[in-house]
Amino acid sequence: MKKFMNSADDFLKESLQGFGAAHQDIVNCHYDPNFITRATPTKEGKVALISGGGSGHEPMHGGLVGYGMLDAACPGFVFSSPTPDQMLAAAEKVDSGAGVLFIVKNYSGDVMNFQMAAEMMQGPNESVLTNDDVAVEDSSFTTGRRGVAATVVVEKIVGSLAEHGGSLQECKALGDKVNKNSGSMGVAFSSCTVPAAGKPNFDIGDDEMEFGVGIHGEPGRRRDKMKSAQEITNELLEAINEDLKPEANEEILLFVNGMGGTPLTELYLIYDNAKNMLDKKNIKISRSLVGNYCTSLEMQGASITLTKLDEELLKHWDSSVHTAAMRWGV
Amino acid sequence: MSVNFLIHRAKEIQAVIEANASEIEKLDQEIGDGDHIFNVQRGIKLVIELEAVIKDLPMSKALNQIAMKVLSGIGGSSGALFGTLFMTMAKGNDIDNGVDYKKAIEIFADGVEAVKQRGKADVGEKTMMDVLIPVSNCLKKGVEDNKDVKEILKEAIEVAEKGMFSTKDLLATKGRASFLGERAKGHIDPGARSSQLMIKTVCESVLNS
Repeated sequence: MKKFMNSADDFLKESLQGFGAAHQDIVNCHYDPNFITRATPTKEGKVALISGGGSGHEPMHGGLVGYGMLDAACPGFVFSSPTPDQMLAAAEKVDSGAGVLFIVKNYSGDVMNFQMAAEMMQGPNESVLTNDDVAVEDSSFTTGRRGVAATVVVEKIVGSLAEHGGSLQECKALGDKVNKNSGSMGVAFSSCTVPAAGKPNFDIGDDEMEFGVGIHGEPGRRRDKMKSAQEITNELLEAINEDLKPEANEEILLFVNGMGGTPLTELYLIYDNAKNMLDKKNIKISRSLVGNYCTSLEMQGASITLTKLDEELLKHWDSSVHTAAMRWGV
Repeated sequence: MSVNFLIHRAKEIQAVIEANASEIEKLDQEIGDGDHIFNVQRGIKLVIELEAVIKDLPMSKALNQIAMKVLSGIGGSSGALFGTLFMTMAKGNDIDNGVDYKKAIEIFADGVEAVKQRGKADVGEKTMMDVLIPVSNCLKKGVEDNKDVKEILKEAIEVAEKGMFSTKDLLATKGRASFLGERAKGHIDPGARSSQLMIKTVCESVLNS
């Protein structure tokens, strides 16, 4: 294992300290329990948005704290869900009286810990559960579809509504809508190594890829031999389209997300190949996002997310945002 | 059952888990992500470290402290599930005025039911519930049938072992192993193994006292 680290025990703490110091104009990092808030207090009467999850997916979620997005993020240990004491401490800090909306990715540890926090919390709160990963069958025989990169889209759009005075119920409803309007699928070329474990999460051959991979390197649909970028992109989009069923001339957001170890050069190449296919189907790409937003440590790979956009979603996507990882309109 | 009883059982469980650590780790590497043994060891250690804080507390407060400690100290699914177990046990009716074996079984069964709700897992899904649910049912039935407590505990040890082995041929439908589909068959669930060891340790300890 080669990593920039001094000791596995201090890995998260030092990374959080660096993040807090580098972006002190935007965020405040709090420790024991760990949570990240905006540098400025929540506006009176504004619904507070709190997300969180295991670390190792940066910039999600800490990098999405700031004006127009999250009020707080709770980072767990690498690939391990945060615990209710973190959510409760964050809620106490950022709840301005209008209630708290938890945005949770559908992974069993995250779901259980956020659920316990919600039960223990005194004030009004709601939760949006993201499950955009079309790779996993959603049936009673599985834990269900996983929440992956569309969580970033949910946080942006709901963040804007909350900033513009949306109520707790309205924010919850919009979050559910964005999630329902989104589909994602990812592919990995290499594994990733959790610092505390010291060895790769899974083995994968030089000529192989894990198709439908989760954001911790969990197995997806199948192990395949490597293919051309256009073929991979087509297969990812076919899987998403089968689920999302965008209609001809429907407006969508095309989000090409890097898993951490794939260069932007390749992500833009994927964007080009995805555009080829979507153009053929007359699906209108009206907004784009390309970059590393929902990562899996140093894993080589990428995911594609499509979100169907209507006027309401477009308006909130375009509104200004000022976080460490996303910044426009300000 | 006293707070002192809980602390002593935790110390015995620590030794048993330690002795079986490499086996549990290996099971988890086959179908999980390999961190189960560390979570269990960390959780037990945290509970034992609470000794000075909880030893003179009433049962409900002691159980609550244990719940909060494992919840925040273990994290992940294990923390939430074990936290739920102890938090529910802490809510048991009238437990600060003494807990006899019937009361202990009652609050344990309530705790297992709450864990089942939290994790939304039932028997047959290749998780620790394949051990905990049958054991809970066996204990409750023993009390209903007015069986001798030693009989009940001996039976519970057997039921736990049977439940643990039953996970070997199951498909996982909950937790991380569920993503493996058929690939998880043929492996005993590490959570079922660690919980079976804990049940066995507590039951044997009472039987030998």
